[in-house]
Amino acid sequence: MRDVYIARSSAIASRVLAGETMVMHVTDSTFFTLNEVATAIWHAADGVTPLAEIVTRNVCPNFEITPQEAFADAEEFVRELATHGILQVSDHPMLAQAVLNQSSGAGAP
Amino acid sequence: MSLMYEMNNKAFDHGVPLSVHMDVTYRCNERCVHCYLDHDDHGEMTTAEIKGIIDQLAEAGTFFLTFSGGEVFLRRDFLELVAHARKLLFNVKVKTNAVMIREREAQELRRLGVEQIQISVYSHRAEVHDAITKLPGSWARTTRAIRFLKDQGLKVTIANVLMNDNFDDYKGAQALAEELGVSYTLDPTVSPKMDGDHSILSLRVPGTALPTVFHDPSLVGDVAEYCAPPSAPGEDVLNGYPCSAGHTSCYITPYADVFPCVQFPLPSGNLRQQKFLDIWRNSTQLEDVRSIRARDLPTCSGCGHVGTCSRCPGLAFMEGDMRGPSTVDCEKSFYRTGVPSANMRRRGLEVPAPHPMQQLVQIAPALVQGL
Ligand code: SF4
Ligand code: SF4
Repeated sequence: MRDVYIARSSAIASRVLAGETMVMHVTDSTFFTLNEVATAIWHAADGVTPLAEIVTRNVCPNFEITPQEAFADAEEFVRELATHGILQVSDHPMLAQAVLNQSSGAGAP
Repeated sequence: MSLMYEMNNKAFDHGVPLSVHMDVTYRCNERCVHCYLDHDDHGEMTTAEIKGIIDQLAEAGTFFLTFSGGEVFLRRDFLELVAHARKLLFNVKVKTNAVMIREREAQELRRLGVEQIQISVYSHRAEVHDAITKLPGSWARTTRAIRFLKDQGLKVTIANVLMNDNFDDYKGAQALAEELGVSYTLDPTVSPKMDGDHSILSLRVPGTALPTVFHDPSLVGDVAEYCAPPSAPGEDVLNGYPCSAGHTSCYITPYADVFPCVQFPLPSGNLRQQKFLDIWRNSTQLEDVRSIRARDLPTCSGCGHVGTCSRCPGLAFMEGDMRGPSTVDCEKSFYRTGVPSANMRRRGLEVPAPHPMQQLVQIAPALVQGL
């Protein structure tokens, strides 16, 4: 299985409300809420930890779910958020500055 | 039900201050004829104080943070404050007259990830706008700034206040917004000044002029639905709360005073003396505001409009009783639907009466009051 690295875009606003995470893309105002499992992945999306490790370390022990199921769900979740520019996905680790530049979009210096 | 609506309900149930409006200064480079503020600096918060409050708001669960004033860009640290809020992942909105926004500021607002910018424009004609702001050249500078912001891909809304001086221009201003590719809002509310001076209320358009606006589909959408006579309020309406003020939102002044809303000047605590959450959870004033249900309102609970009226408890408070009717909203309900309000019936009026100006509460920053 190839490694996938995920990082939160800098063009988002986010806050936890009673266990759920609200995320809004500040450019197009797309609004999402993440359940507890998705929240666990979201908070661990640092650009340098492989998704498989996030799932094994932050999801499986805390939620009753097998690694296979968890990884399949996580990949789908990551794909959806990436489509909306809320998560950056790469097959190699991402530095914080690189993530910032990628997500600042049209018109950014 | 939209996701946002669901989250609002959740914040309501958990008592989370989801939205906070913070005025970072009352100083301004314009002198708008309808402005209710005292523009002198009576000791506004320092950069460190505001950052500390922003930290507390993040902890309290605030998601939407609106920076306003006065003119926010008169604070040299304004972009630093925005950067701090964005680092804590707030959804940041900015209200400004935009006079000081040039390409560099527009780029910075974009880079920092500000979600929305609301800009006051009172007419499509420079001379009418400048006569209201009393700053020659302001229309040209403001509209140029809107173009800079649009070039950066930022979402901009033109906010217009409907007054006698610009009544004939509200369609022109709407067309200007369209031409610039930005949203447009129009509000006929003029509030009394903070020092209790009510002379600016004479700028308000007379109620008899409101039907023109209320019957304009480009502003209200479906006119028949918007102007329909109200249906009898059900139990859900009577058990409902007046608005979000004090429930999921509040207002912070440049002097660290906390009010339920920017239009509800009930001093509820000061952040130089108390922590935000202490005020939010324990202030007797906020508890009082939160305790009110529509059925507790002596006049409004018996009014057919209560389910659809825009009744603002803050304006009612400024008239003397937060549980009373808000005359401005009675007027709007009447001229929108043609149906008299309970307030009018109680006073034996066939058309809304002029505003009870003598009863207006005197408001001043807590610091000035010596609290
Ligand atoms: S109704 Fe009045 S007090 Fe309530 S949120 Fe609106 S402006 Fe504020
Ligand atoms: S119309 Fe007047 S009396 Fe009726 S609910 Fe609105 S504010 Fe109250």
